[in-house]
Amino acid sequence: MASWLSTETKVVVQGLTGREGKFHALAGRDYGTQVVAGVTPGKGGSNVEGILVFNTVHEAVAETGANASLLFVPPPAAADGIMEAADAGVALIIAITEGIPVNDMIRVKAFLADRPNVRLVGPNCPGVIRPSAKVKLGIMPARIHRPGKVGIVSRSGTLTYEAVGQTTALGLGQSTCIGIGGDPVNGTNFIDCLQMFKDDPETEAIIMIGEIGGSAEEEAAAWIQANLKKPVASFIAGRTAPPGRRMGHAGAIISGGKGTATEKVAALRAAGVLVADSPALIGETLLKAIKG
Amino acid sequence: MKVHEYQAKEILRRYGVPTPTGRVTDSPEEARQIAKDLGGRAVVKAQIHAGGRGKGGGVKLAKSPDEAFEAAKAIIGMQLVTHQTGPEGRKVKKVLVEAAADIAQELYLGITLDRAIGKPVLMASKFGGMEIEEVAHRDPTAILKEPFDAIAGLQPFQARKVAYALGLTGETHKKAVPFLLALAKAYVETDCSLAEINPLMITGSGDVVALDAKMNFDDNALFRHLDIKEYRDLDEEDPLEVEASKFNLNYIKLDGNVGCMVNGAGLAMSTMDIIQYAGGSPANFLDVGGGANEEQVRNAMRIILSDPNVKGVLINIFGGIMRCDIIASGVVKAVKEIGCTIPVVVRLEGTNVEEGKAILRDSGLAVIPADGMKDAAEKIIAAVAKGGN
Ligand SMILES: Nc1ncnc2c1ncn2[C@@H]1O[C@H](COP(=O)(O)OP(=O)(O)OP(=O)(O)O)[C@@H](O)[C@H]1O
Ligand SMILES: [Mg+2]
Repeated sequence: MASWLSTETKVVVQGLTGREGKFHALAGRDYGTQVVAGVTPGKGGSNVEGILVFNTVHEAVAETGANASLLFVPPPAAADGIMEAADAGVALIIAITEGIPVNDMIRVKAFLADRPNVRLVGPNCPGVIRPSAKVKLGIMPARIHRPGKVGIVSRSGTLTYEAVGQTTALGLGQSTCIGIGGDPVNGTNFIDCLQMFKDDPETEAIIMIGEIGGSAEEEAAAWIQANLKKPVASFIAGRTAPPGRRMGHAGAIISGGKGTATEKVAALRAAGVLVADSPALIGETLLKAIKG
Repeated sequence: MKVHEYQAKEILRRYGVPTPTGRVTDSPEEARQIAKDLGGRAVVKAQIHAGGRGKGGGVKLAKSPDEAFEAAKAIIGMQLVTHQTGPEGRKVKKVLVEAAADIAQELYLGITLDRAIGKPVLMASKFGGMEIEEVAHRDPTAILKEPFDAIAGLQPFQARKVAYALGLTGETHKKAVPFLLALAKAYVETDCSLAEINPLMITGSGDVVALDAKMNFDDNALFRHLDIKEYRDLDEEDPLEVEASKFNLNYIKLDGNVGCMVNGAGLAMSTMDIIQYAGGSPANFLDVGGGANEEQVRNAMRIILSDPNVKGVLINIFGGIMRCDIIASGVVKAVKEIGCTIPVVVRLEGTNVEEGKAILRDSGLAVIPADGMKDAAEKIIAAVAKGGN
């Protein structure tokens, strides 16, 4: 299986009529993405710069053939919006919204368990971009990306841009970049992305950016060691973060002495992954990993 | 969000979790009266948002109303230092005066999210009353873990299993099961991120009672728990953090001297990391967030500069949702308003970067531009060292 995005990707933007929804829907369209519809309950029949707005995702899918959703719905209604998209048969749902209650995400995960063909990316993430296909579902600035061979996966938005900027500067470019989001319960995890990168012919090397909290990096490290031959470089944010404090992301917290950057770096290094000591050295570290 | 023990117990009682009888007060006189109402013997407990109160001298047994008065007088107003407060301690404003219980056994119960499986997990141990982290460290098998489905809730068979594993039998077992079910219900329905009963007391007569209670709530879910939101105690939080939260800014105060303003939590954390890597030390974590406006940026700058330790500021923006021009005009306004005299290094990249750089250039302010994070970190550390007073 290759990248989750292709020139066939047709996007419905949930929350298109909001400020951020509109800004990033249009930026995505300018980049080359097929933005075919918007959904805002109560605003069906209107349009945003030529993009038709529907009252329900079901209608939008029936009328336009949308097969992916980009979601900007405000936190109290966001879980509902994700489930609506899944129920309408949208196969790829990218949830940008930050601040969804954990219990709502637990409900979403249970709802998605019955729909194994639906992939949710996020929430609280920058989205996904594939420069070679000119498809961008997210809030990342398009101009820093170049088509190329590095697959990037990260829990953080802006830190992903940092890695993108560095790989662009080194002339490596990116195959697909995925932000999986900073929440403790999310749709797509590191291993899902690593599996995709493993199978993706466009991806020749991988950058994985983690941060404090939870054990997703440790689980990814074990998977990499057992399954992945492509070179991997990593960076873990939060080495200077104090324990017991949530560092912005709902999921970025060292609790009960668990989830420290030190543990994660050690697990990755033990799995043969090169880990950059400084966020400015992510690109250089990847070059080293590629050279072997 | 954290709440006090007495508030957590109020919430738990609504769900049918038994707690000792008692009342909260800020007056030693009233503490004496409460103890009298309770029959004389009472426990006086400091109410602060930090654990380890007992070891720090914040929990005292009183054998008479007069002793309760003395205990309350000693505790109210004290600067209570525990392993969680840091050396400066926390000022105690209120005490909870509770009936002194006849303790036969102290157990541990906790519920939190198990992130690896995306489900709440009930943790239980026979070794209550102590640091549960210590217990976990010494013997991980001493803590029993029972994950449960948040939608279906903890099931009675699970509660029975846990109660048996805690060694509870007969009438005590029969009382422990509804206790566990009520605790799990409270956890889910109030959107907790942590509910901890340590110690869970078994009395001499076999009753099951929550002697202590700690509840943390999912900040993102507080919009549907306005009653719980009312429990927020701003005195327990850092004043600069409280100020920042008014503007929806994510600010955490640290001990260093390089203030940071960054967009995005991951980049904010790694900006702290790179400052340290370059030989400096960060004064704060500050994520201005995804869609920050000029007003928020202006306040962010003001809050960073009001920390007296700050000797220089590093602004690191990689715009996605956040637009560089908004950051730039907010910074310019704040610096003009406050008359900032310490060095400010700005690194801008991403959406509307050229507009942002132009605003900074045309402002006439002496901000130092930087290319990339490494350059930014090195420049601010050099500038702070040069300013070095
Ligand atoms: N009502 C009570 N009657 C008798 N003893 C009590 C009572 N409340 C507390 N104690 C005793 O005091 C000890 C400490 O109380 P508690 O657990 O509430 O505070 P702590 O654990 O020190 O504080 P924290 O939970 O902040 O770490 C208990 O383990 C128990 O032995
Ligand atoms: Mg306790």
